[in-house]
Amino acid sequence: MDIFLQQIINGLVLGSIYALVALGYTMVYGILGLINFAHGDICMIGALTALTVAQALAAMGVPAPLALMLAALAAILVCMMLGATIERAAYRPLRQAPRLAPLITAIGVSILLQYSAALVWGKQYLSMPEIVKPTEIAISGAHLTDLQAFIFLLACAVMAGLLWFIKASRMGRAMRATEQNREVAGLMGVDVDRVIAFTFVLGSAIGAIAGLMVVLYYGIGHYFMGFMLGLKAFTAAVLGGIGNVGGAVLGGLLLGVIESLAAGYIGDLTGGALGSNYRDIFAFLVLIGVLVLRPSGLMGQSTGDRA
Amino acid sequence: MTHDPRLRWALYCLLAVLLIALPFAVDAVLGRAWVRIIDVALLFIMLGLGLNIVVGYAGLLDLGYIAFFAVGAYCYALLASPQFDIHWSFLTLLPLGALVAAVFGVLLGAPTLRLRGDYLAIVTLGFGEIIRIFLNNLNRPVNITNGPQGITLIDPLGLGGVALNQTYTVAGITFAPVHSYYFVFLACAAAAIFISLRLEDSRIGRAWIAIREDELAASAMGINTRNLKLLAFAMGATFGGVAGGLFASFQGFISPESFTLLDSIMVLCMVVLGGMGNVGGVVLGALLLTALPEALRYAAPLQKNWLGEVYVDPSDLRMLLFGLALVLMMLFRPAGLWPSTTRRRELAGGEKAHAGR
Repeated sequence: MDIFLQQIINGLVLGSIYALVALGYTMVYGILGLINFAHGDICMIGALTALTVAQALAAMGVPAPLALMLAALAAILVCMMLGATIERAAYRPLRQAPRLAPLITAIGVSILLQYSAALVWGKQYLSMPEIVKPTEIAISGAHLTDLQAFIFLLACAVMAGLLWFIKASRMGRAMRATEQNREVAGLMGVDVDRVIAFTFVLGSAIGAIAGLMVVLYYGIGHYFMGFMLGLKAFTAAVLGGIGNVGGAVLGGLLLGVIESLAAGYIGDLTGGALGSNYRDIFAFLVLIGVLVLRPSGLMGQSTGDRA
Repeated sequence: MTHDPRLRWALYCLLAVLLIALPFAVDAVLGRAWVRIIDVALLFIMLGLGLNIVVGYAGLLDLGYIAFFAVGAYCYALLASPQFDIHWSFLTLLPLGALVAAVFGVLLGAPTLRLRGDYLAIVTLGFGEIIRIFLNNLNRPVNITNGPQGITLIDPLGLGGVALNQTYTVAGITFAPVHSYYFVFLACAAAAIFISLRLEDSRIGRAWIAIREDELAASAMGINTRNLKLLAFAMGATFGGVAGGLFASFQGFISPESFTLLDSIMVLCMVVLGGMGNVGGVVLGALLLTALPEALRYAAPLQKNWLGEVYVDPSDLRMLLFGLALVLMMLFRPAGLWPSTTRRRELAGGEKAHAGR
């Protein structure tokens, strides 16, 4: 029972990070119909930026909460600029091109980001200074650290804020209009180019927060970390129904729990034949399963073209 | 190209003579390492042509293509090495590898081909990773793939008593292993080129191109789009499977390291850079991108001379250039260096055709 509860807790924390990254995929997909392959790598850049800033500040003896805030701020700024630049330089010129073209460009951008990061930060694992020392809280046999609780609550706050923003603000309304029909939204006076650029910037900023959470949680960062993170977050977005913001949140949390439970129990279930080194394939199995059984995802409407 | 058949035959003969003389000339001028590079380039031509069927003809973006290469290579390696002490002949194993790869292609394609293209890209990416994770971990509880250590001492190609990893002297000409393999690979690459060209003009090839241009219209014209897309997947996988078997016998050693996502991306780069859907373009792309890393090897000493230190590792520089090439090609020359005529028309007309949406 306590193992089960522990895996659920771990899964929810991990899932809330996936959900944040998935939001970036799903918002861009909703508006442009483009899978932004580079999104995971934008998160990676955010993570490594935060890590570097935190390292520098910790060395200067800045108190932990302030260091963390500044690191987050730096990561968000860098990622916002990166998101805007990528959209402007790589995706906007191709908006009218056949489908394959922006997809291939996105892969190119992803590789460029990875190897630029390898150039800047090197290829070794970088460790986050332990500026927050997690203390454990015991809940009926399972452990929850205050760091985990912090990550989960922060993620929930960001997601709630985003949902409110899209529902209630003027820009959010413009985003929804652009998603429904770009041409008509333009005719109604929405500056479509600005809305699309804003979507990229917003998604990248949320990705930066997710990246910071990953380095806080695992304590290490790496130039290739965006690849797996991106793939899993994409799976989460598809699971929830791609293009659907609420779905991305649900899909992320669900995927985190599925992965934790599966990785926790696979050893027992197969009599030790398969270990948790198979952890990374569950996301793919979920992805393929969803695409076969319910391609529109849990919360997506099934439109023939999208599936 | 000229239309005079006699002149054309003369050109073909000249080309054949040049290709036969090539490894010996390169050996004499540049050294044996470059003959090996040419061998690898021929393998990549086969891989590029296989991916070209999927991406170039049928317009399905496959990001896990190297998995089929891996399947072919492991199929050969497991059944022709001391791993299980099985030593089958390559005459059985190459077709078997092709068949197994094709089965994997259909297995991957069947659930996903109903979906639109961008989902396919992600699923194939995931598939490539799954294959690699399995190859890496299937050394316990039963040791099948030997895990990250890979499989060693794989049998070379050989018939009767003649094995290609020996050096032979025939009529005063020395055939080192790289030379012998060159001719085998040349024959296979030529076959791949021939098959690709014939496929392009065939009923199936035209159906693929119709699906690429407009799937809805194609199915309205009576094309069974699902089966033909599956066929494209299986056909592309077959090329990869054969190339994988040849690779395993050529290297004598394989490990999951050789089949990463970056290798898939590299093959994709070859197809995109050369010209999607054009056989000549793909061959050009494969040759260019195989030679590039070798040329970049000179970049390290250059940096040392000019800047006093090696800032960019040549293999990283290669990946940076690949990424940049993918982006720039799509922005400025989407049809590739040597585009196919239909593709060029389609991409040039793209703006007009899509403006109405």
